[in-house]
Amino acid sequence: MKQLDLRRFPGFFAITLLCVVVLYAPLMVVSVYSFNASTSITNWGGFSLDWYVDVFTGPESPKFQRAAMNSLIIAVLAGLCATLIATSAAVAMHRAGRFKGKTATFALINLPLMVPEVVTAVASLIFFTAIGFSGGIGTILLAHITFCIPFAYLPIAARMQSVPDSYEQAAMDLYATPWEAFRLILLPLMMPGIFSGFLLAFIISLDDFLITNFVKGAGVETLPTAIFGAVKQGIKPNIMAISTLMLGVSVVFVTLSWLIGRSGQAKKP
Amino acid sequence: MTGTVINIDRVVKRFGTFTALHEVSLDIAENEFFTLLGPSGCGKTTLLRCIAGFEPVSGGQIRLHGEDIAPLPPFKRPVNTVFQHYALFPHMTVLENVMFGLQRLGWSVVDAEGRAKQALELVHLSQFLKRRPGQLSGGQQQRVALARALAPEPKVLLLDEPLSALDLKLRQAVRMELKQIQRETGIAFVFVTHDQEEALTMSDRIAVMSDGHVQQIGAPREIYEAPANRFVADFIGETNLIEVPVLGISDGMAEVSLPGGGTLRCPTPLSRAVGQGILSLRPERIDLCPASEADLTVIATDQVYLGTDIQLKAQLEGGQEMTIRLQNAEATRLPERGTQVGLRLEAGAARLLSA
Repeated sequence: MKQLDLRRFPGFFAITLLCVVVLYAPLMVVSVYSFNASTSITNWGGFSLDWYVDVFTGPESPKFQRAAMNSLIIAVLAGLCATLIATSAAVAMHRAGRFKGKTATFALINLPLMVPEVVTAVASLIFFTAIGFSGGIGTILLAHITFCIPFAYLPIAARMQSVPDSYEQAAMDLYATPWEAFRLILLPLMMPGIFSGFLLAFIISLDDFLITNFVKGAGVETLPTAIFGAVKQGIKPNIMAISTLMLGVSVVFVTLSWLIGRSGQAKKP
Repeated sequence: MTGTVINIDRVVKRFGTFTALHEVSLDIAENEFFTLLGPSGCGKTTLLRCIAGFEPVSGGQIRLHGEDIAPLPPFKRPVNTVFQHYALFPHMTVLENVMFGLQRLGWSVVDAEGRAKQALELVHLSQFLKRRPGQLSGGQQQRVALARALAPEPKVLLLDEPLSALDLKLRQAVRMELKQIQRETGIAFVFVTHDQEEALTMSDRIAVMSDGHVQQIGAPREIYEAPANRFVADFIGETNLIEVPVLGISDGMAEVSLPGGGTLRCPTPLSRAVGQGILSLRPERIDLCPASEADLTVIATDQVYLGTDIQLKAQLEGGQEMTIRLQNAEATRLPERGTQVGLRLEAGAARLLSA
């Protein structure tokens, strides 16, 4: 029997087109209007880079720069910590054999993906208040590490599944201690997954608004919360420029993460 | 006479409630090509993994030159393994792969490189030092795996079906080469395979295993020509197994009565008379003959052309099927289907085994 070809269904192309338009038209509008010469956000007044210049030198630029620096520091640290924890978790899940509560552990690691973000946000806020942490970079960082773990875990675990344990056995057969087998064999083979996991965690942290907004203290802003604050006073084209820049960074990192993950997989034995 | 390098003493291995090895005992001599042969699930790979240290034993001892190594982790045992799928480290070059074990043993880079190059020369791969395993063919990868395992000069080399991933032509060529390398290095090889032809062509001695038991240990010729029991006779080569009444047994010879009325004297590993026995008849040691001189009379039912041989299928009195292999010579005359044929059992054709 011939395999069913979805592309032959009537209307397939139209529906596909509709979905793509609905998904990407708003992003297109923002990107295009960020190059608008006029101050209007609805009327095209010719091409210019004024708003990009404004982002870096305009009256609001110090605020945005501070927020961007906060975002970057948090994303790097949260990405690193989450990757470290996720790597340890992946090693335990795939190399420790069967242990009691393995399925439960897997569910716990990935639960944050399923829990509505606002619930995590409220829970984090209540938790920090309860233990007496005042909002600031520290609370944002802790919250980010927590919800970034599953995002880092997925590519790392996927990579690890493709590394058969005969490599480590071969290493130990050749007189490597378990630690040497891990450091010299397993870790280098997992590296594409680990890097991919870090990039994903980094970008998830960089883009997060909801949880950050709940747990940040007064006066501390990350780029998404700073943008939101600015938008409340009316949308100016400089917001579109910042948004377009962030979009660009996200696209670059996600693509990088995907490419690294794929290159690792192609080398699968 | 050389000494024993590995002494496996009543080794038991259990996985939960399943017992993979039942008090297996065997000795492997120095400088020996020793094969563990058996169908999948017989415990041969488990035994190899117990020697390597990947599986802890549930009971018994594994002695290497008299010292019990069963409690040692794999990285403290002076044995090396060639894995079924080679398990070459994909992120290292061929040379780095072969140097790996030496460096873990504390060799300097210079010394390790020298020895690694020697090992690669032994397997004729000196031109590929800087390649990655992924850039090599299956046969070349297998050689790298061999060089990597030989470089630290283990007391025993363990090989886990290393030829099974190669295609048929290559497999046959590599057999002789493996045997030659074993002779050159003088290291004892323990070779695991389910392929009886591999076992017969390469081994000094074979241990035939099934269901976690050693069925027989002996030289290839002994295993084939004097199987200890029904399983070995059936597993090694082709045979016809016919149930017969036993008339008497003395001094390793049995007298049995054949279907159709005749009697036959043949060797047997049994020492006591039993009521019924299993007669193993090797198909290539049976010949056609006139009915008056025949040990057995059968009715020809079918023939299969095999090129070098012709396989004749026949039916015994009582309906049991049997197979005869005739050499495909020009003068070979094959009986018509449905006609009666006389069979002569040549020397070594028959052996009586316990039922």
